[in-house]
Amino acid sequence: MKKTLLALVAVLAVGVAHADTLKKIKDSGSITLGARESSGALAYTLGDGKYVGFHTEMSQRIAADLQKQLGLPKLDVKFQVVTSQNRVPLVQNGTVDLECGSTTNNATRQKDVSFAVTTYMEEVRIAVKANSGINSIKDLTGKTVATTTGTTSVQTLRKHERANNVDFKEVFGKDHADSFLLLESGRADAFVMDGQILAGNISKAKNPADFKIVGEVLSIEPIACMLRKDDPAFKKAVDDSIKGMIKSGELAKLYDKWFMQPIPPSNTKVGLPLSQATKDAWANPNDRPMEDFAKK
Amino acid sequence: MGQTWDWQIFLRDDGGGRTYLEWMMSAWGWTLSVAVLALVVALVVGSLVGILRTVPHKGLAFFGEAWTELFRNIPLLVQVFLWYHVIPGIFLSLRNVPSFILVVFALGFFTSARVSEQVKAGIQALPKGQRYAGLAMGLTLPQTYRYVLLPMAFRIVIPPLTSESMNIIKNSAVAFAVSVAELTMFAMQAQEETSRGVEVYLAVTGLYFVSAFVINRIALFIEHKVQIPGTLGAGR
Repeated sequence: MKKTLLALVAVLAVGVAHADTLKKIKDSGSITLGARESSGALAYTLGDGKYVGFHTEMSQRIAADLQKQLGLPKLDVKFQVVTSQNRVPLVQNGTVDLECGSTTNNATRQKDVSFAVTTYMEEVRIAVKANSGINSIKDLTGKTVATTTGTTSVQTLRKHERANNVDFKEVFGKDHADSFLLLESGRADAFVMDGQILAGNISKAKNPADFKIVGEVLSIEPIACMLRKDDPAFKKAVDDSIKGMIKSGELAKLYDKWFMQPIPPSNTKVGLPLSQATKDAWANPNDRPMEDFAKK
Repeated sequence: MGQTWDWQIFLRDDGGGRTYLEWMMSAWGWTLSVAVLALVVALVVGSLVGILRTVPHKGLAFFGEAWTELFRNIPLLVQVFLWYHVIPGIFLSLRNVPSFILVVFALGFFTSARVSEQVKAGIQALPKGQRYAGLAMGLTLPQTYRYVLLPMAFRIVIPPLTSESMNIIKNSAVAFAVSVAELTMFAMQAQEETSRGVEVYLAVTGLYFVSAFVINRIALFIEHKVQIPGTLGAGR
């Protein structure tokens, strides 16, 4: 009984102790990276415990840089699957040291966690059937618009509807594949979502030429690696590693690999060229939250 | 976790001109609407099918069996998708039916198979002599059911029907899969927008509990109201 109590106290103490991730990595010889199962080309799984994608591979490079910096002969890189619901708590309580998936850096989350410099700028766009005649958000009046439950795009859409007096009907898919099915089967006239997810779904469609991405960028969201709060040394190490990859052109190569070349498992191309917003973020590395990018 | 509560998020604007609390109440309304309407469908259809399975007519009994086996051997989520994506693809006129109606029927028919099983069990639990007595008195078969068998059978199966009624509240969560704005969808959406998942899920859990519990109390009230002293279930 006493032993259990002692263990419990120890666990609690670790929970509140000042975050020192570098020391933790050095002492344990291992780092736990957060992995996503389906965040488009940013981070996804091939099954069998294999995690890949632009941000996943980037996080592995960061781990390699940390190993070098700490002078460890061997670093055990573990993956822990996270979801939208549990990613923040798992980073906070130390289960995951670094989460590089599709997490938007916003002001609310900054109260709980820190973010590395932005590595990808997500643009929310509109996908439609190529022959639909819809070319911008204004054409959506009286139409049915699909988006996915549990994404920030729903909120973006709601704000736009209110601000621009565009009156459309909303339907919600339970995941992205479902939302795309709504568009494909004609239950929805448009699918509003992160550009890379739209591009990815279109590339995997039976006939990709039937769909196109149109109209203005509805919102821009900085996507960045998430780490524990109040750990400046760890954040600096991660940021330096990313800045190094930007400078050496390695990050651009990774982007090309995951967004412009055929990728597993189906060996199709996402085909989403590097956006101006992401180029800007790389030219001037920063960890500004989404709210700083709000339009006008 | 060292997290602090922030219940204020329910008073925040969701970007569309209403607070999260107002949104959650509207979502609760959708959950209850789906559940109650589906419950009506389930009880009506389930009772009819259950009765059919006990009649002497072979064809009717077979129809009852077929109905029950069809709807209880396919997972609920799959049935919802069949109603939403597959059937309207075959019968194009169904395409304009709101998803709310489709999900009421999907959930109602799914549960009707379970209700029919219980109604059948209730009828079969009665001594055979009751049926013969009714018929021997000169009652027609429908009259025997109406005045002799069903009043007893339904009293016996109120407790399992209570469970089904509570299950329907919980199963109504599948409606989110076909974009009915009910509680589960609210929970997934609001937690993403506010990053306060713990508060959102606790509130939604509370509402589900309250809804199912109220159904439970209503059913218990009915059970006591209709009980006949000296028969099954009237022991308290």
